Amino acid sequence: MKITLNVWRQASPAEAGRMVKYELDNVSEHMSFLEMLDVLNEQLIGKGELPVSFDHDCREGICGSCGFVINGVPHGPRRGTTVCQLHMREFKSGDELFLEPWRAAAFPVIKDLVVNRSAFDRIIQAGGFVSIPTGSAPDGNAIPVPKKDSDRAMSAATCIGCGACVAACPNASASLFTSAKVSHLGLLPQGQPERYDRAVKMVNQAKEEGFGGCTNIGLCEAVCPKNISLENIARMNRDFTVGAWTYREAAAEGGAA
Amino acid sequence: MAMSATASSLARVSRFYEAPVGKKVVMAVTGMVLVGFVLGHMAGNLQIYLPAGADGVYAIDRYGALLHASEELLWGARLVLLASIGLHIWSAIQLATAANAARPVRYVRHSSLHSSYASRTMYWSGPIIGLFIVYHLLHFTTGTVHPDYKYLSVHDNVVKGFSVWYASAFYIVAMSLLCLHLYHGVWSMFQSLGFNHPRYTPRLQFGAKVFALLIAAGNISIPLAVLTGLVK
Amino acid sequence: MELNSRTPSGPIEKRWEQAKFDMKLVNPANKRKYHVIVVGTGLAGGAAAATLAELGYNVKCFCFQDSPRRAHSIAAQGGINAAKNYQNDGDSIYRLFYDTVKGGDFRARESNVYRLAEISVNIIDQAVAQGVPFAREYGGTLANRSFGGAQVSRTFYARGQTGQQLLLGAYQALERQISLGKVDMHTRTEMLDLIVIDGKARGIVSRNLITGQLDVHMADAVILGTGGYGNVFYLSTNAKGSNTTAIWRAHKRGALFANPCFTQIHPTCIPVSGDYQSKLTLMSESLRNDGRIWVPKKVGDKRSPQSIPEDERDYYLEREYPSFGNLVPRDVASRAAKRMCDAGRGVGPTGLGVYLDFAESIQRLGKSAVAERYGNLFEMYERITGENPYEVPMRIYPAIHYTMGGLWVDYQLQSTIPGLFVLGEANFSDHGANRLGASALMQGLADGYFVIPYTLGNYLASTKLDKVTSDHAAAKAAKAEVTDRIKKLLSIKGKRTVDSFHRELGKIIWDYCGMARNEKGLKEAIGKVRALKKEFWENVNVLGSEGELNQSLEKAGRVADFIELGELMCIDALDRKESCGGHFREEYQTPEGEAQRDDENYAYAAAWEYAGEGKEPILNKEPLTFEYVKPSQRSYK
Repeated sequence: MKITLNVWRQASPAEAGRMVKYELDNVSEHMSFLEMLDVLNEQLIGKGELPVSFDHDCREGICGSCGFVINGVPHGPRRGTTVCQLHMREFKSGDELFLEPWRAAAFPVIKDLVVNRSAFDRIIQAGGFVSIPTGSAPDGNAIPVPKKDSDRAMSAATCIGCGACVAACPNASASLFTSAKVSHLGLLPQGQPERYDRAVKMVNQAKEEGFGGCTNIGLCEAVCPKNISLENIARMNRDFTVGAWTYREAAAEGGAA
Repeated sequence: MAMSATASSLARVSRFYEAPVGKKVVMAVTGMVLVGFVLGHMAGNLQIYLPAGADGVYAIDRYGALLHASEELLWGARLVLLASIGLHIWSAIQLATAANAARPVRYVRHSSLHSSYASRTMYWSGPIIGLFIVYHLLHFTTGTVHPDYKYLSVHDNVVKGFSVWYASAFYIVAMSLLCLHLYHGVWSMFQSLGFNHPRYTPRLQFGAKVFALLIAAGNISIPLAVLTGLVK
Repeated sequence: MELNSRTPSGPIEKRWEQAKFDMKLVNPANKRKYHVIVVGTGLAGGAAAATLAELGYNVKCFCFQDSPRRAHSIAAQGGINAAKNYQNDGDSIYRLFYDTVKGGDFRARESNVYRLAEISVNIIDQAVAQGVPFAREYGGTLANRSFGGAQVSRTFYARGQTGQQLLLGAYQALERQISLGKVDMHTRTEMLDLIVIDGKARGIVSRNLITGQLDVHMADAVILGTGGYGNVFYLSTNAKGSNTTAIWRAHKRGALFANPCFTQIHPTCIPVSGDYQSKLTLMSESLRNDGRIWVPKKVGDKRSPQSIPEDERDYYLEREYPSFGNLVPRDVASRAAKRMCDAGRGVGPTGLGVYLDFAESIQRLGKSAVAERYGNLFEMYERITGENPYEVPMRIYPAIHYTMGGLWVDYQLQSTIPGLFVLGEANFSDHGANRLGASALMQGLADGYFVIPYTLGNYLASTKLDKVTSDHAAAKAAKAEVTDRIKKLLSIKGKRTVDSFHRELGKIIWDYCGMARNEKGLKEAIGKVRALKKEFWENVNVLGSEGELNQSLEKAGRVADFIELGELMCIDALDRKESCGGHFREEYQTPEGEAQRDDENYAYAAAWEYAGEGKEPILNKEPLTFEYVKPSQRSYK
């Protein structure tokens, strides 16, 4: 296969970037998309040019490292698939592809297709956890969890934190990511004590990071490699609303620090 | 030191509204008020098709008089509607500003597969409908831009107003956009308020589309009826 | 070197309890005076960093990924074992201990394995409390499955993403500590050297992968949870970034490296499709429950699988192992596949593959029942290969999956350098020569949540640590060495890319030190690896500079370490003149072709000592004694 690539090249956060065109002649349909970029990079190094930087690690669609936008679609054309699992047979010879990094103020470009997603970590830091110190847990079967709740929590928890939802959203909103965690923990009995505070804190942190608001367009759900549902955003909205209106400051004495 | 009750609830409101979720809830609640108004407004207007009674008074004129029977109630309703529109627009502006700031660098290539045209054009359909409302008030409520306006002569005002072809044209365009706006908005407000269920949401989305089309069809039928001479 | 494993004595079920009681404690008020470095944020490192911070220590934590959540523990599919006996099917701590020692082919330390089995139950409780959404029964209790041929159902799982969910649990606990200011997290930062002062581990040299800045971080103890070294094979199921640099640098600073040749091959991976292949993808072992493995009887039969009639197919596992059939252990299944392919009967374009056929199951159970069990795996297979396993048999081939070897540690998880602790896959582990399915997650979390919090305290409370700063001569020297090495890599400007060296190394190790090894091959491999090392340092081409994000430079440093480790693996494999677990020496097999252990001469952990550049490594032996589980020969006929 013959593929023409237009790749966003940007040397550093401070420098301006631009699209650069590359032609690849011998692309096998069995290659993964990243393997195709590996081949491009080997060729570039051979010519003394700097290879294209892109994030990747497990290459089996679970670590969430990889991701860029292919012709306007995060992770490319195949639904429910990360770019590392996307194979070249999804394209045809002669295709021209435009590769761009995730575009969001909260995800500044580091180099080429690599962006800084640490904003996601800070959203988790704001409340995406259950405060349970090691060793203080009751027996695993002490609290029965309805299978339906557990299954739904699991579906939300499969989020890999890749950032495609933000990249696709016209508002660059992190609502799908944030809501996946709010839902995962909010659906389980173990997550109840902090449920409403968690929603408020995480939603506020997402705003602080500079992500936009959700306007229910649904592109996030469409590009999510793990098919995380918009239903989670509704649940987050609910928990946020309850949490915001019932919020109390921690008691001055004896309150949790 | 305990905060005074007012200060505390003010803080609560601002904490709620500061977050994008809060703004969307405000949009949803105000949207609901406006959707209710749009429905009632259309139901009232469709009385244009009813003939004049034995006393020679059109049904719609009687209805108009009824609405104006109590100025206090009328203004109460108007204030609620104006406040709703104001909050709806203000929230939308803030969300749009945040969205712009959240993506300072645009993509070279766009694709919007898997999202509805209506959902992506809310920021366009909204302001145009807003302008239309101003025009519509000047047209049929104050009569400022009406060729021959008579207070409470609803039937005559409508027929004369829509006989001007470009006024009808703008009206029809605006109703088409309203259709688009409701097509997404009526479903979206439930999502913003936290209602989403795999069983009901698809039905709700379908219902929202039907609702939007019915509103548009009902409203557009009036200028068409005037232009084609069906209503004189 | 005298290896003191510090194994407690007494009845095995009392040892950990006694050891915990004997350990010295750090007063809560004093914990905040100590600084601890944790490298790696997988199950072991992440759990350790979070737990130590909860206890009050000041933790500095490092990962090379952009977020601690991306450590490769995330990719573990199957599940985690725990001796809960919720199923009332006869499981117990003792049985899990017994199975693990036996499964490891009697090359693990009994005391450690018992402790692991004992702690396994606490891990489940902790994970559940963190919100890990384990599979549940309709009544709301935890579900279990039998895994990897175990006779009891003791595996807890969260769909096919158990590693992901457990890691997210640890990650969330870690993020909580970061938000509380107890953990100073350094993402996209790689450890490039260990700083040893007065014989104790006191810090690391790190490189910020974005800016290239080299930093010295000092501490009272250093904990490595940096995972395994499977990527020495280039093609493995490991993440692309998984590397040996942290443990290899520590090895060169004096930590002994134990059993490097103990590597585990997983039989059901998707075969290589071409030279561009960058990694291998594991398909869950559960597929062998319903799939039948076969190759054509005829050598070089290139017909499509459907057009090969039944009587021209060889269901070789069912033929050779009638009682276990397609469910023989991982190492046995892997070697059988290799034998078929070596005999020219492999399938697929490369001839390195065997069929895993579901036609019969689909006929017997119906397509929907098969889809219910394996739908997501079939979909993954289709995504990668473009073939539909409902219609065409899957092609599978073994791939490197896990490394049992690693830095030698004592019962306290301390390496031979005091103050350097090694957790999870990075240490030489509790799995002996072969790891059982669903035990890797268990070990990582046991080490991180429940062992290191005690043993670290014991070390700190019983060791006098002088105040040291980054101005110390040893710190400066380590940083200077790292600087020189980076400069050297960038200055060679040779003709070959880093990846080409890595591929070549992987091929040598796979061919000679992979599924089957022999003396001649290993000797040849050692020569080839040495030649490769020489060429690497003369002919590698690393573009760009050190002061920026430079992925070629990162890879170059890692590959240089992999080359050296590859040589040690071959040396270790050559030295171990027996077959056991994942280590199969062709000269030492039973008449049926199974692994032949030599308990008289090789019941030891081989702990290799770095002797200096160009010098032969020194072998130290930790004898292994088996008081509870008596060594026996495995048989699956």
